[in-house]
Amino acid sequence: MADSLIERSRVLRQVRRVGKALTTPLHPDDYLSLVNPLWSARELRGRVERVEPVTDRAATLVIRPGWGWQFDHKPGQYIGIGIEVDGKFHWRSYSLSSTPLVEGKTVSITVKAMPEGFLSNHLVEGVEPGTIVRLAAPQGDFTVPEPPPAKMLFIVGGSGITPVMSILRTLDRRDQMPDVELVYSAVSEEQMMFLYELRVLALRYPTFTFHERFTDSDGMFTADQLDDVCPDWRERETWACGPGPMLDAFTEHYAEAGLEDNIHVERFTLQRVDGGDAGGTATFGVGGPTVEVDGAETLLEAGERAGVNMLFGCRMGICHTCDVPLASGRVRDLRNGDEHGEPGQYIQTCVSVAVGDCTLSL
Amino acid sequence: MAYSDVREYTHLTDDEVEAIGRELDEIRAEVEASRGQADRDYVLRVIALQRRLAVAGRITLFASMFPPAWLLGTALLSSAKILENMEIGHNTMHGQWDWMNDPEIHSSNWEWDTTQPAEQWKHSHNYIHHQFTNVLGHDNDVGYGILRMSRDQKWTPYNLGQPVYNALLALFFEYGVALHDLDIEAIRTGKKDPKLLKKQLKQIGDKIGKQALKDYIVYPALTGPAFFHTLSANVTANLVRNVWAYMIIFCGHFPDGAVHFDEEELEDETRAEWYLRQMLGSANFDGGKLLHLMSGQLGYQIEHHLFPDLPSNRYAEISVKVKDLCERYGIPYTTGPLHRQYGQTLRTILKLSLPNRRTKDDSTPPPVPKGRKRDDERPGRRSELGRWTNAAASIL
Repeated sequence: MADSLIERSRVLRQVRRVGKALTTPLHPDDYLSLVNPLWSARELRGRVERVEPVTDRAATLVIRPGWGWQFDHKPGQYIGIGIEVDGKFHWRSYSLSSTPLVEGKTVSITVKAMPEGFLSNHLVEGVEPGTIVRLAAPQGDFTVPEPPPAKMLFIVGGSGITPVMSILRTLDRRDQMPDVELVYSAVSEEQMMFLYELRVLALRYPTFTFHERFTDSDGMFTADQLDDVCPDWRERETWACGPGPMLDAFTEHYAEAGLEDNIHVERFTLQRVDGGDAGGTATFGVGGPTVEVDGAETLLEAGERAGVNMLFGCRMGICHTCDVPLASGRVRDLRNGDEHGEPGQYIQTCVSVAVGDCTLSL
Repeated sequence: MAYSDVREYTHLTDDEVEAIGRELDEIRAEVEASRGQADRDYVLRVIALQRRLAVAGRITLFASMFPPAWLLGTALLSSAKILENMEIGHNTMHGQWDWMNDPEIHSSNWEWDTTQPAEQWKHSHNYIHHQFTNVLGHDNDVGYGILRMSRDQKWTPYNLGQPVYNALLALFFEYGVALHDLDIEAIRTGKKDPKLLKKQLKQIGDKIGKQALKDYIVYPALTGPAFFHTLSANVTANLVRNVWAYMIIFCGHFPDGAVHFDEEELEDETRAEWYLRQMLGSANFDGGKLLHLMSGQLGYQIEHHLFPDLPSNRYAEISVKVKDLCERYGIPYTTGPLHRQYGQTLRTILKLSLPNRRTKDDSTPPPVPKGRKRDDERPGRRSELGRWTNAAASIL
């Protein structure tokens, strides 16, 4: 993944092969990154160039990616970002709010500080320009097809605006704004991200209608209000992004109208398990075998039962032979009850059980 | 002799053993909870130092026709290789830095600058050696399948050559390590899966090929007319690293005081007993910060064996607590200066090249419960038999 730029170029590939003969078992990047931290394609990296406040609780991070990054993401996609806090990398996913154009060779994400969001608070308040972060390549299918449909509707709650922003900016840059309606609900005017930019867009394009909703004064925007705000919603291909309950309500509303294929949703929050009790299903490799597990069967045992060739060693949490990265979901370390739920984090399968549904990268 | 019950050996009660286990669990939990920026900074500093040493060494050797440059370049390269193998590679592959969640410093994908493929090392060392430490017939590190290191291992005339095998093992240690996971014993007895053997040999061959190409062809060739000077410098650096790594590793489990166990110990062994076996089967050595750095903190072998996956920079502080615990429970804590620890190891290697009846046992007697006297501290029991009998007993 990180190597794709190098893989594509025959010259670079040869240079790298020769370099590797000199630096084996390390990569040339391991030495070059001592000179400049961005001169490494081993893992995608980036340097935080600027932190721009968007509201008092949200900020846009402008990041200059290092070697191996391709500026070809689709608007609406998200990236993984790994930030070091107290010696440890924490990974989160954020939608790119920038357009795919190579504008000064940077990408940007917009982060809203959540009351209990340890990492989002750190990103909004604690990140200094110059910080080196790890990046994961853009992914996600919350995207608009090419060419865009003639009539679109975006239903957005809170920080769910970020992927939509990337989509709208791209349409704007191409000067091709089809018939777009945006219903954007935030707590108050102060809390509404990109408010000014969206109002300007609405002035510039008669085809773009911007419905501002403030839950402080207007109350929650619910599915039954859709008929009032956007009477022709049934004719529009819809993208919805925001808090889980809101998305549930709108998908249900569309399903009742028999239009479930018309709505695309992007969920930001992890689906939490009630009570956090262990047990659920374990999937070995994305698309791999899935088995039901209880709260006592370790992921290693479950994998073996599923017929997966799992690496293992001591089976008591000492040797780390069995470590694999978590793709999604949550697991609990049986030794201390600690829970881990960050995608990409390595877990010791011999002492971990699933909490709800989890998937391991194999 | 090899012991079959670690609890009996230490004269501790069941409750005491479990209490020791709990205390050690607490030490682990404290360190785990306090891992942070300072630890990450430490490993990043060591890695940056090691890579700079390597680059400096390789560059200096472009002038290797000039003897002082040869010497300096070889010294720089040797230290880089030692640091990489001991403090960085070995410890990273143990998962000591996995908590950082940094894919570039992680046990799952670290490859080290030696001929042993990391994947095989993680099996033979992290699992076999650390799980079955010092259990005869299970732990291949007891003599590496080449040397007789315990009086309980059967003597054969083959062992007469031990002084020579030992010297060869020290010089070519990286190749000894490379073949480690093949399990020579299993091959000899025909128990090895030929498919696995083929796969492992290919892996080892590939790794040796890459290492040799780099050190013995590419770099010497780059220095042009200095080809042979650079070649000899690189060979020397690898040999220096081999001998150093060999010595440090042999000081971990073979000085007097580190005991061996037999298979029976493994039956129903609890976690607390496993801890105890690790403490009794390992030996530390004393030294300054530089010595500990260059030996990958294996001077704290006891602490490393108790907590193989805690960051190595913490072993020094952990050792204070472990030593205190050992004192309180009367458990032996084997340590001494490096030269003495290696001296004892060498003596054992030489002695055990001969059959048992030709040599005397140097091993330390088992500890005695607190408050009781050792046998030789007790007054003679049968003094009523008179002076002659006592005199005769003391001669025997």
